[in-house]
Amino acid sequence: MTDSTLVRSLHYLLHILTALLLPPLLPGLINKVKAVAAGRQGPPVLQLYYDLAKLARKRAVFSSTTTWVFLAGPVAVVAAGLVASLLVPFGHSPSPVNFEGDMILFAYLFGLARFATVVSALDTGSSFEGMGAAREVTFSVLTEPALFLGFAALAKASGSLSLSGMLASPGFAITRATGPFILVLAGWMIVFLTENSRIPVDDPNTHLELTMIHEVMVLDHSGRPLALVLYGASLKLLVLGALIVGPLLPRTSDPWLDWAGFYAAMGLLAVAVGLVESATARFRMNRVPQFLVAGLLATAFAFFLLQA
Amino acid sequence: MILFALSAFLVAVSGVPGLFLHTGGGKASAWLLGLGALAGLAAAGLVLCGNAPPSVALHSTPLGTMGLLRLDPIGAFFLVPVLLLSTCDAVFALGYWGDQHESARRLRLLFGITTAFMVLLVAASHALTFLLAWEGMAVTAFFLVIAEDRDPETRRAGWIYLVSTHSGTLCLFAAFGLAATGNFLFLPWTPGLAGTTRGTAAFLLFLVGFGLKAGIFPLHFWLPPAHAAAPSHVSSLMSGILIKMGILGLVRLLCLVPDPPLWWGALLVALGALSGLLGVAFALAQHDLKRLLAYHSIENIGIILLGLGLGTLGKSTGHPVIQLLGFAGALLHVLNHSLFKGLLFLGAGSVVMATGSRDIERAGGLARAIPFTAGAFLAGSWAICGLPPLNGFVSEWLIYLAAFHGLAFAHSAWPVLALGALAMIGALAAACFAKVFGVVFLGQPRTPQAAGAVESPRSMLVPMGVLAACCAALGVAPVAVAPALARAAGAAAGLPGPASLGSLAHFGILTAIALPMLAAAALAWAWSRKGSVPRAALPTWDCGYAAASPRIQYTASSFADGLVSAMRYVLLPQVRWLRVRGLFPSPRSYRSHVPDPVLDRVAEPSLGFAARGLAALHFFQSGQLPLYLLYILITLVALLVWMVA
Amino acid sequence: MLRDLLIALIVLTNFTLVATSRINKMIQVAVIQGVMLGLLPLAMGLGRHLHIVLMVIAAVTVKGWLIPYLFRRASRKVKVDRELSPYMGFTASLVLCALGTGLALMLASNLPLAPGSQYTLFVPASLSTLLTGFILLITRRKALSQVVGYLVLENGIYLFGLMLVEEMPLLVETGILLDLFVGIFVMGIVINHITVAFDSMDTRHLAELKD
Repeated sequence: MTDSTLVRSLHYLLHILTALLLPPLLPGLINKVKAVAAGRQGPPVLQLYYDLAKLARKRAVFSSTTTWVFLAGPVAVVAAGLVASLLVPFGHSPSPVNFEGDMILFAYLFGLARFATVVSALDTGSSFEGMGAAREVTFSVLTEPALFLGFAALAKASGSLSLSGMLASPGFAITRATGPFILVLAGWMIVFLTENSRIPVDDPNTHLELTMIHEVMVLDHSGRPLALVLYGASLKLLVLGALIVGPLLPRTSDPWLDWAGFYAAMGLLAVAVGLVESATARFRMNRVPQFLVAGLLATAFAFFLLQA
Repeated sequence: MILFALSAFLVAVSGVPGLFLHTGGGKASAWLLGLGALAGLAAAGLVLCGNAPPSVALHSTPLGTMGLLRLDPIGAFFLVPVLLLSTCDAVFALGYWGDQHESARRLRLLFGITTAFMVLLVAASHALTFLLAWEGMAVTAFFLVIAEDRDPETRRAGWIYLVSTHSGTLCLFAAFGLAATGNFLFLPWTPGLAGTTRGTAAFLLFLVGFGLKAGIFPLHFWLPPAHAAAPSHVSSLMSGILIKMGILGLVRLLCLVPDPPLWWGALLVALGALSGLLGVAFALAQHDLKRLLAYHSIENIGIILLGLGLGTLGKSTGHPVIQLLGFAGALLHVLNHSLFKGLLFLGAGSVVMATGSRDIERAGGLARAIPFTAGAFLAGSWAICGLPPLNGFVSEWLIYLAAFHGLAFAHSAWPVLALGALAMIGALAAACFAKVFGVVFLGQPRTPQAAGAVESPRSMLVPMGVLAACCAALGVAPVAVAPALARAAGAAAGLPGPASLGSLAHFGILTAIALPMLAAAALAWAWSRKGSVPRAALPTWDCGYAAASPRIQYTASSFADGLVSAMRYVLLPQVRWLRVRGLFPSPRSYRSHVPDPVLDRVAEPSLGFAARGLAALHFFQSGQLPLYLLYILITLVALLVWMVA
Repeated sequence: MLRDLLIALIVLTNFTLVATSRINKMIQVAVIQGVMLGLLPLAMGLGRHLHIVLMVIAAVTVKGWLIPYLFRRASRKVKVDRELSPYMGFTASLVLCALGTGLALMLASNLPLAPGSQYTLFVPASLSTLLTGFILLITRRKALSQVVGYLVLENGIYLFGLMLVEEMPLLVETGILLDLFVGIFVMGIVINHITVAFDSMDTRHLAELKD
């Protein structure tokens, strides 16, 4: 990794541009994979970009029950997501902002986003949205510790307390601690699917409100706020995906090749999610906590394997 | 020292003019308290900026009196929330507990006296002074709790509080007796004392005594009833600073022990995790607003204990970084918690005054009726969940850093328990406050009282605003408090020399991130508001189910039901559910209640059992004088026979 | 010799006290007992000390004149004549008192007194008087009888204390003061209050003060 300031700032610029522009591609990819697996042609991969542009032109309608809190949800999701994207390394290049303990801020930014979404859902006074909010917070109780225990395991293995150090440090090789490492990634995959409301936790394509979690929390948004919501969700896909993809990437000698590798890996992750969504059905609601506990146990086990 | 003495004096007499004035007693007390607070804050500021700690001593008792009152950095750090919060509470009481209440004068007088005792307590440097101030504070707080003494629930809460605080003081007497070596000054323990049986016994007694005051898990049972029964500004004082005095005691103990054994830190971490998790779990199941907030205080005490435990573990294993971070996190959380919990209780008082009820299921839609209270409550909720960029995040951040340092470098499994517990606590707290804020302030009003709510007077809103502003300021710019915190934490951790916390904890970067985040949020807000339809009387679309009745909104119990039923083997809720049966069912109901585990399930049944058992001995107490004399005669004869035989 | 006679008489008065039901007789016998006790130091041959003579005079005055005067005043106000239904019958009380005296004699021989001292009869006599006092206090219903019992109790302690009168006369003089205390305080005030408050001298009513 060269130390020249120009190259570093180019990397940071690419990082920021990726965070701003790449996210809507991912849901498009996932939907395309699902469609192809189902034998359909499906929407184009760039569909979400078109949707965002269309929504930006539309006017938003607010119900009389809502207050300013209603708008705070989408705003907080996007703001928190953008800041989190600055903290997480994409591939092997360190993030623009990294310092000891940034993973704590990372996790709590998503906590902020979740709190804002839940509160804006309750603002509508609708029982569907309340239901989705209740489920969301219930599941978060199990995913937060899983995330943190994964951080603990990686911190112990890599000896670094920063995301860039844990995921992208030059000395951290996948061969060093394979067993615990795979457990951490498995647990984090479960967290990824839950936080992004994918099957088997939540079906993004359902139209039955009683079964929704994330979709129903944003049911009443329209126009530009809805654009923010969709963009924020895809940003979350990117940022949380970077957590999983980063350590798996093999290291090459050329940093630009690393970037290409990162894009390819994100694409592969999206394809994998699409395949998982096509192949499995969504769990019954009372089975989801068991699923999450499995994720928590995986990361906890990983830590204790490293401790021993 | 003059500033400190002046502060204590002004605070103590703040309630006195109210006894003689017909009107304006409240304003006088608020002014006096404010002036006293300014003096005290100046004194604290001087100490925290590095000046020598002022001390005053009385020279007569034989138990050693070299430094009776000494305002060192730890005491100065605790003094800040004491004075700040009590002033805000006194101003709040102007509108909330005005002269129309018959107990207003008494309350003002005792409020000042309690605060004065707390001011003395933070500077106490001798066991007798400490115990005197401690008992004074505890007993006057009892009178504050039973302000509405006509209500039997309040009286019961007051009794429970009194019993627990006196039991705690008893333990403290025993502990000070065990720990004293010669005189009773606060001097460092001799190395090796902590490992002996005497040291262990003293530590455990201190833990029980201070734990009863602070509200550590099994000893927390007095907190929810007392906080629910007391007037809101008193609850704010109690939750914000009274229980922190227990933490002050623990901090003073830990800073005096040079070589704590490993199990001390482990025990503190375990108790912290237990209090934190159980506190927030029980808070989730409550539907009384102030009981809920009281359980959250227990949770935050758990978080503070996690910090103290991690700091002690660092001290035991010789890692000054963990020591400093742990103690700094705990101390900062003391300050932060007093700010946001005080704010939340004041907000709760405003809500109670607006709707007339503490039950959150009777509120709803208050954000439109009482917007300033709603905003302040949101700020408090945001802070207590530890979400960036407010102050709750900063103190939890420090504790997390201590835990991460601990597990990466100290090879111990206790930090990971702290880590997991903190993460789960954070998620549960977010769930609980989303529930509270959502049910109370958002949606539609559930009762006519809630629909008719009016905003509180300015005297109640200004203190909330001040506290919210402090939360925001501490969260966005923690560098401002970093030097003071470093000095206090360094003293608490027993580290020699000055500590540099700001760079260690990257406070500058936190500020640097918070500002762009707020800027991005503002931009997004402006962009999304730009193209919106002017607000019309449109109901919530709700996927076409536009039957916007308040009754179909999600209730608080339903919101928490997922988590409560998941944790039902811990919470043990009592559910009364008359289920719907038949084709034309009569009105059915559902009621759930989670009683406190220690008070309602352990303490009361066992004490009742003991009382019934001992009532069997009433036979001996017949009231007949001759019978008592017979007892004396029998004893005498028996003694004679025994002596001779 | 005179000394032993007086002590034997004191023990006899114990039996009388316990067996009678007439309150005036009880008072008279208690007074006689007190006077004999008061004169006992002289019979012990301690008349050569001036302060003991003064003490004897004081004791006889209090026990012989002051106490019966206060008692008569109280009984006139209260107009109670007889102890009607005590908890333990008179015959039984008498038997108990006799048994107790016998026991006290047996016990006293086992107590660690200096052998061959002149005080060998003091201990059993005092224990017997104590027992009498207790019996009166425990088994009698009327307040006046109980006060007499208290006086007899105090007499027993005084008798015990007479063993030390040479070495610690102050101790014994305090006993006299105690008599005064009984007389003035207990009788004058308590009986008055009992009458006023309960309109009766039956001490069963005092049990209402329990709990």
